[in-house]
Formats: sequence, structure tokens, C-alpha cells
Amino acid sequence: MTETVLEIDRVSKSFGDNKANDAISMTLGKGEIVALLGENGAGKTTLMSILFGHYMPDEGCIRVHGVDLPPGKPRAAIHAGIGMVHQHFSLAPNLTVLENVMTGTEKLWSFRSETGRARAKLKSLAERFGLAVDPDARLGDLSIGEQQRVEILKALYNDARILILDEPTAVLTNLEAETLFATLKEMARQGLSLIFISHKLDEVMATADRVVVLRGGKLVAERRSAETSRDELAELMVGHRVARPVREAHQRGEPVLEAAAVSVRVDGVDRLKEISFRLHAGEVLGIIGVSGNGQTVLARLLSGTLARSSGDILLYGEAIGDLSVADTVAAGIGRVPEDRTHEGAIGEMAVWENAVLERIDEPRFSRHGLVDRKAAVAFADTIIRDFDVRGGGPLTRTRLLSGGNMQKLILGRNLAERPRILIAAQPARGLDEGAVAAVHARILDARKAGTAVLLISEDLDEVIGLADRIQAIVGGRLSPPVSADEVDARALGLMMAGAWKKEAA
Amino acid sequence: MRFERREHRPLALVILTPLLAIAAALALSGILIAAAGAPVLEAYWRILVGAYGSRLSATETLTRATPLMLTGLAAAVAFRARVWNIGGEGQFYLGAIAVAAVGSQLLGNAPGYLSIPLLLITGAVAGMILLIIPLWLRLKFSVDEVVTSLLLNFVAVLVVSMLIDGPLKDPLAFGWPQSQAVPDVAMLPKLVFRSRLHWGFGIALILAFVIHFAQSRTVFGLKSRAAGLSPEGAVFAGVPLARTLLLVACVSGGLAGLAGAIEVMGVKGYVTTDLSPGFGYSGIVVAMLAGLHPLGVVLAALFTATMFVGADGMSRALKIPSYIADVTVALSLITMLVAVFFAQYRIRR
Ligand SMILES: Nc1ncnc2c1ncn2[C@@H]1O[C@H](COP(=O)(O)OP(=O)(O)O)[C@@H](O)[C@H]1O
Ligand SMILES: [Mg+2]
Repeated sequence: MTETVLEIDRVSKSFGDNKANDAISMTLGKGEIVALLGENGAGKTTLMSILFGHYMPDEGCIRVHGVDLPPGKPRAAIHAGIGMVHQHFSLAPNLTVLENVMTGTEKLWSFRSETGRARAKLKSLAERFGLAVDPDARLGDLSIGEQQRVEILKALYNDARILILDEPTAVLTNLEAETLFATLKEMARQGLSLIFISHKLDEVMATADRVVVLRGGKLVAERRSAETSRDELAELMVGHRVARPVREAHQRGEPVLEAAAVSVRVDGVDRLKEISFRLHAGEVLGIIGVSGNGQTVLARLLSGTLARSSGDILLYGEAIGDLSVADTVAAGIGRVPEDRTHEGAIGEMAVWENAVLERIDEPRFSRHGLVDRKAAVAFADTIIRDFDVRGGGPLTRTRLLSGGNMQKLILGRNLAERPRILIAAQPARGLDEGAVAAVHARILDARKAGTAVLLISEDLDEVIGLADRIQAIVGGRLSPPVSADEVDARALGLMMAGAWKKEAA
Repeated sequence: MRFERREHRPLALVILTPLLAIAAALALSGILIAAAGAPVLEAYWRILVGAYGSRLSATETLTRATPLMLTGLAAAVAFRARVWNIGGEGQFYLGAIAVAAVGSQLLGNAPGYLSIPLLLITGAVAGMILLIIPLWLRLKFSVDEVVTSLLLNFVAVLVVSMLIDGPLKDPLAFGWPQSQAVPDVAMLPKLVFRSRLHWGFGIALILAFVIHFAQSRTVFGLKSRAAGLSPEGAVFAGVPLARTLLLVACVSGGLAGLAGAIEVMGVKGYVTTDLSPGFGYSGIVVAMLAGLHPLGVVLAALFTATMFVGADGMSRALKIPSYIADVTVALSLITMLVAVFFAQYRIRR
């Protein structure tokens, strides 16, 4: 065993009656990557916030290199070499990368700015760990992946030797996540110690040396990742066996939605190029692809928030013009957007408001411009009951729901209306294992009831598990469909890399 | 340490924090009053007497609250939809001058039941136009309306001074820059006999209730809140963003323009460049004090007017410098804002 750099010793923290951390002890060695695994609400963020001094622990203490860390003082944590990359970034979008990295360390009363030295240090760090970013770019103009890199650089800039990352991949695309993990491994190789929080089993297995599992505020298990399995971790995390639902064979119906050579141009760039597909009632058609290849645009087009530039769309066998959101909803098309928290629901509004907002003009929810609040709340109640939304009632602010429950609400408000078509974009992204299973089960139920589901996803397992037929999207082009029973992950991987084009040529 | 929104606000807290804020403001200004050599406790008493001690002072306080209620509503309505209307002052003046122009030039001696509604609408429309310009710039070119609406204040005030020194100048005003007056029949009737309190107070009160109803019960209220809270979320749900924000801007600009119209038609009868002691800007403070709640605006405007009128009375009664009164007012607004904040948020360790 290598030298221990960090010890968490019987740390407890309660919020009211809610014991978020219950006597948790763990250690971290030099050059080690530990994954902190647990479902939403297990207490991972709380534990790391205590470690970083954001929260005061009720009991217990933290030791860095054997020395007690004064509790509740972020400055002391930074000084001891702890760096934190938050789940929700804490950077200023209107400052440049360099300014962001420097804020907090520059002395307020120093006359000379340290910009020159800072720039050199940033550059050498970026090279050393392969974290390329333009120091003069405005942070708000960067992609999420790049912003995260800046957060990491900022921690390194403050001479962090222990780096904590809170759900770093929740906001990343698959490709960005892979790059991130390569970086993390490189950092560990160079002697940094890392803790990263996750509820995704695959990345934990692939990256961490050791896995610490939290459940309900307690540390329930600790495993070397070489000596455990996906299934065991899933069971430890949830507390019982979880099985993702399986797709049963089932007869599909008539085509309900067809695209023929549809192109979409956004800001002068062709984002979709002559794509064609045919979606039947009672089937799941998976559109797999790596992010940035047109999945988002396709979802927007079919959700009524983007117009096509050419091509034909047939809905229930008839050619249609551009549909507005209201038309789309009225035509029986359910929509699950890929960005839950920004598009799918408005966090500051109540659950009932989010349940009915897209249907508020329907006579059952409003008359003469007046909202029928009773009917709307009743509708929300039905969704909450039928779709097992937990964590609040119709009057709760939606932001307080966990990701999984928010997604159940969004799915519920669509499926409660028995839509003929469901456009589901990344429906399980960022959800924990239990929630993923619930969302998948709902989608398969809808398929069984005859709904045509277009599943737009970059998760291979998800698409293989749910879809009857699969098309890959690469650079705005759509491959011909293949039957899901005839392909494996490897073949799909090739399709996502654009392999079908050569065959066609 | 960080701040966290309270999910439930205990009633005791809602009542207690503003009282604490007033106590803190009085204690702080007490230091200045004592330094000026006046008896502190009597000064406090004089504030109350100054604001409500006689029929005259009470009606004066309510008269003062009227434009604050309207500009406060204007800011509250806009801010709720994240339309950052900082141009209340300009809209106020444009509403006022529009009323003076139409009232003195076009109406002649039309009967009051015709001219009063017509002039109120004129003022509101003038205010609307001044806010639609910045909003249009934002929707079309993403120009920040904080800057444009703020700068239009100066444009509006300069246009007003040009008009009252030029085409609209009252020839009987001994050379003072002052607009011609609206005819007497177009003045708002008094609410209380032999006082300055006029029907504008009633109009503002009614509008506060109407807006509260519209925000909490109507489809438009729901959509405009959605548009303000999350443009992406609103668009995904099919809310027409531009149309919704334009309507919000019409309501907000209209209210501020109406404030100017009512101040002319209720109190002065004509326009000068000191018609408003910053009503447009104070409206923003009033809206913040009220937590952007329309009924809260009524209370916040009353509080602000009370402090204005009361502190003024105190400084005159005790013969202490009037800037101490101004400081008292400012302190009370600041402590009240802090109190409102702590009623809504808690500190989490
Ligand atoms: N600031 C807070 N106030 C009250 N309860 C909290 C707060 N932060 C977290 N909790 C609660 O503590 C528990 C653990 O939360 P958290 O540490 O965020 O979990 P995780 O990061 O594992 O999803 C949850 O039940 C959550 O509701
Ligand atoms: Mg968390």
C-alpha cells in the first residue's frame, strides 16, 4: 500500500432529521483513483463538501497527510492541497479562462497583476496533463467539456495534490468523458490522488483503482475494482438486484412518421443531410450516434422547435408542413428533450405547472385565458401516482426533484396522454441505475401499447436493449436501418464511425 | 457558508424581519440625529407624526405613494419575466409630457368622462413605446435592455426639457420652463376633499389587484413567468417567446407611463423637469422590497412614501439638516431589502 494522503474519519452530517452522512470513514492513497459510487441522494456530494470545507461536519474529522484539517474552511482545504471540481460549475461565464483560473488567488491589495506568471503556469499545467484550452477565450463561449477542463486547471493552478470531481461525466458527451478519464489516469500516474463521484458503473469499473459505495448516507462496501463486477456494484448501490427490463418480441404496425431526404440548415451549416427513416407504430427505432453528429438537431426538428430546409415529412401517411410545438403536441407526438433541466422542465416552477405548460391552451386546462388550476393539479397528481414520481407533490418546486424523478415527470406528462409517437432524446442520460430501469420500462410499455418510439441516444447498451431497428447518425447523415437482433456492440461501433458509407459506395 | 432558498416561510419570520429592519434603520439613523444634536426618541416620534399625524400629512403620504405604486408595479411585472426595465423614469416623463401635449393642444374642452380616460391611455401608450424600443433591440440584435432602457431615460428627460422650453412652453409661467397645463376638466377628481389625494391612488390600487390576478390565474401570467424563468424551457413548451415578452413590455412600460400621466392629472396639472424626484428609479427599489409581488408593491410603496414624508417632517420639525432625512430613508430601504432577503433565504453551514 502506498502512502496515505487523505483520511476521512467517522464523518457524520445531518440536515434536520435526514442523516446525509453517517459515520463514514475512508482513505485515499498517493497516485490512487477512488470512485465514490452511490445513487442520487446517497450523500456523496455532502461528504465531498465537508471534505472541501463547504459544510461543517456534525462529527468526525478529516486528515491530510496525518494533519487535522480545520473544519468548515475552504481556504484551509485549498491550502492543504485539496481541489474540487463541482457538480455545478462555479466559474464566471463573462471572464476569460485565465481570469477565471486566477480569481480567488490574486491578492486584492497587490498592485502588479500576476498575469504573465499565471499565463506561463497555466500553459505548463495544460501541457503536462494534456488539458488544452485557449487562456484568452471567454468562458461562456466554451463547450461544457472545455469549461470542465478549466475547472480542473483552476484546481491544479492552486497546487492541488488531491482532486475531487463531483459527477464529472454527468454533463459530458461520451467522447468528452473518455478524454476526461484519460486525463485523470495521467494525473494519477504523475502522483496526484483523485476521488471522483459517479453513479455510472462502466466508467467506475474502467477508471478507478478502488470503489467506495455509499447508500442512504452509510458506507456499505469498499472493493478493488479488479475484484468486483458491474452486477455486484449495481446491487450494492441500490441495495437489491436490479435488472434492466428486456424487450419482448412483438408485432409492429403501420408506419406513422416518415422522413424522406430531409435536410436542416442552422446558421448556414447543414446539420442534417438528406436523412430518411420510417417509424412504425409499436416499434422502437434507435438513432445512435456520437454527440455533435446531428442527434440534437434531429430531436429539435421532430419536437417542433426547428424547421427543415428541404425534404418531406409524412405524418400518419400525409405530407405535412413545418409543425409548431403546439401542432406537434396536438398531433399526438410526445417529446422528451435531451436537456431535462433547461428544456424539459422549468426548475423554479411548480410540478403542476411543468406538467401542463405545453397543454395549457387546451380547454380542459384553461378557459377564456384563465388557468383551471384544479384540473391542472389533478393532472399532475395522476402523473405523480401513475409514474411513481417521488420527492414532492404537485405544488413542489420542480428543481427539488432528483434527475430521475424529473425525468419520470416529463415522460409521464407525455405518456399519460397515450401519444401515437414518442420522440425520446437521451432519456436516461445522467440517471442512476434504478431510474434508468424505470424509464426503460416505461418506454417499452409504450411500445407494447402501440406507440411508435424514436429513441435518440448515444448509449450503446440503451439502444441495443430497447430498439427493434437501429440507424446510426454520422456527420448529419443517417445510415440505413439494421435489425437490432442482427448486430452487436462492435458492429454498432463501426456504424457510428460511418462504416456503412463505404459499403454503399 | 451559503444561502439557500427557504421552502417554507414561517409567519412569525415574515412579520418579524421587517420590524427588525425598521428598528435597525432607526437605530443607525439615530446616531446621525444625535450627532446633529437633536433628541433621538422625539425624532422617531416626529417621523410618525410627519407621515400620519394629521389629515394633511396622511393624504400627502398616500399621494406620494401613488406614483411609487405604479412605477413599482412596472418594475415588478417586467422583472418577473426577466425583462430588465430600468427605464421607468423615462417612461414616466414621456407619459407625463404626452398627457400635457394632448391635453393642452388637442382636447380643448371635451368633457371629463371623455378626456380623462383618453389621457390616461395616451400616457400609458407613450410609456409602452419607450420600452418596446429596447425590447425590440434585444429580440432582434441581442442588445442588453438594461443599458438601452437606462440610457433612454436621459433621452426622454431631454426631450421633455426641449418641449417645455419650446413648443409646449407655458407663456404665462414667467419664463420658467413649464408645459402648458391640461384643462381643469381633465384633472382627476380628488379622493379626499381639500387635499392633494386624488383618484390616481384608487387606480393604482385596483391595478395592483388586477395584475396580481393576471399573474396568478391567467394563462398569460403562467406563460410570461415561464418565459422569464427559462427561455429554452418556455420555447420547448411552445410559449411564443417574442410575443410574450413584448406583451410584458407593453404592460410594464404602460404602467410607468401611466404613473407620469396620473402625476400630471392628479397633482400638478403641468410638466416640469422636476415632476419626478426619481419615481422611476425608486420604483425598482419598491419592486425589490416587494419581492416582485404586486400586492407587496402596494405595501412597499406605502412604506417608502411614509419614510420620505415622515423623515422630511422630522427634519423640518427638529430643524436638523435635510440630508439626515435622506440618509434615514436610504438606510431604511437598505435594511428592509436585507430583511426581505433573509425572509426568503437562510444561511446554511
Ligand atoms: N443543503 C441541504 N439541505 C438539506 N438537505 C440536503 C442538503 N444537501 C443535501 N441534502 C440531503 O442529503 C442527502 C444527500 O444528498 P447529496 O449529498 O447531495 O447526495 P448525492 O450527491 O449522493 O446525490 C439527500 O437526501 C439530500 O436531500
Ligand atoms: Mg451529488
